[in-house]
Amino acid sequence: MKYELTCINCPMGCRITADYDGKEVTNIQGFTCARGKAYAQTEITDPTRMVTALVGAAGTHAPLSVKTQSPIRKPLIFDALQEIRKTVVNPPVHIGDVVIADVCGSGVNVIATENIE
Amino acid sequence: MRKTDILIIGGGPAGLAAAVGAYEAGARDILILDREERLGGILKQCIHNGFGLHTFKEELTGPEYAQRFIEKVLEYQIPYQTETMVIDVSPEKVATCVSRQKGLERIEAKAIILCMGCRERPRGSLGTPGERCPGIFTAGTAQRFTNLEGLMPGKEVVILGSGDIGLIMARRMTFLGAKVHACVELMPYSSGLKRNIVQCLDDFGIPLLLSHTVVDIHGREHLTGVTVAEVGPDLKPIPGTEKYFPCDTLLLSVGLIPENELSEMAGVKIAPTTSGAEVDEQLQTSVPGIFSAGNVLHVHDLVDFVSEEAMKAGANAFRYVQGTLSKGGRKVPVQMGFGVGGIVPQFVSENAEDKVSFMFRPRNVYRNAKVIVELNGEQIYSKKSMILAPGEMVNLSLPPEKLAGLKTADSILVRIEVPEA
Repeated sequence: MKYELTCINCPMGCRITADYDGKEVTNIQGFTCARGKAYAQTEITDPTRMVTALVGAAGTHAPLSVKTQSPIRKPLIFDALQEIRKTVVNPPVHIGDVVIADVCGSGVNVIATENIE
Repeated sequence: MRKTDILIIGGGPAGLAAAVGAYEAGARDILILDREERLGGILKQCIHNGFGLHTFKEELTGPEYAQRFIEKVLEYQIPYQTETMVIDVSPEKVATCVSRQKGLERIEAKAIILCMGCRERPRGSLGTPGERCPGIFTAGTAQRFTNLEGLMPGKEVVILGSGDIGLIMARRMTFLGAKVHACVELMPYSSGLKRNIVQCLDDFGIPLLLSHTVVDIHGREHLTGVTVAEVGPDLKPIPGTEKYFPCDTLLLSVGLIPENELSEMAGVKIAPTTSGAEVDEQLQTSVPGIFSAGNVLHVHDLVDFVSEEAMKAGANAFRYVQGTLSKGGRKVPVQMGFGVGGIVPQFVSENAEDKVSFMFRPRNVYRNAKVIVELNGEQIYSKKSMILAPGEMVNLSLPPEKLAGLKTADSILVRIEVPEA
């Protein structure tokens, strides 16, 4: 399958094309530097994203901001968001506290990014 | 009248770092004033990650980044007063402020650091015709509603402007269940980071319409849709290219304006190219003892550089209070040559003692171009870059030995040189 992507490493934003048969990325073209080639490799085989979102906090209207502790696989984003949206925490919660363990079987925790007393 | 050595107006990223910088330089009599309930400024609502790569070598969210500095302020026991609005600053460095707790107060300072940040360009500044209906928000206002107040501005969204805040809000609205129909950009390029275009638009199949703008706004009781048209090289809409987008929400991400009303009251000269104060390399404004840093001085891309700049302003404010800040002698003006916009500082002292940093915004997209600094017709700095773009501020610094020629110079020139076609 043919892939087309924009490199995100610098403002050049090189348009990179490559082929991927499910096992190996071949024929990578359009990159200007080594970072671009490496980006195409991982972005095609295993794209991941940090997810930041909001959960409810008992006793207040203000939501609490959270993030995945590390990037999760891109296809899991919306499942993770749904689970996060249903969550309500009980204050106090502090930066780094685990709000959801192993969100959607990703192996990644969702943690608080602000303090609420 | 209350007295303090160093008064910091604004408790956002700049104000916090200015306080930390002043304290670490030796200041012990500092006061931070902020109009909101909590310290942290705009970072409080920037819940996405990507902050702090330069400062902390890790990617933090906005609240996490702010907390690092808030904790320093608490550790150093630097006094701060929130829900306090400064309404006047005099050239004699007396600030007038109001708060529910203390009413009207006057505070006399030996040095003031202006850290008020910036605000968003509103709809009125665009001159877009159409109905004045609800449903139109600046991107930052919508961000405040979603991230701080748990409110949802709407479900069907069009975004005008492709600055980073607009892009970030495209993703946030999508995450919260809204449908973002398009991000519309007047210029033929986006001023946002590539990373944000990929991860906030491309990831969700949101079209980025370059060289397009909103030409009409529809809806009486509430927004029902916008008309978008292509623009020509003159940035004027091309008749016949109009397309209607139904939507209930229009977000504007069309630029930021430094909030300098207080600076002007204090008699601080404002530079037309940055809409911020004119400063020298010490970040001192045209009024002695008044310093400026962060987005109120010039709009930054990265909070890391705001912190760095503000820490420097803080340290210099303390030196001013101590009487040890170098007088520097004659101020040599910095000239902007080809391709250079919004340079800071606007002046360099002929006796500059430390390294001098310059920041500016390229006026256009330039490939394989060089950034050059000239003093007395001689190149004292030259650096080639694969790409320069308005969305990415250029940050360069020169060691004092390179600047020896300042004593005989009328000006110092910063310019971009593009390869001949």
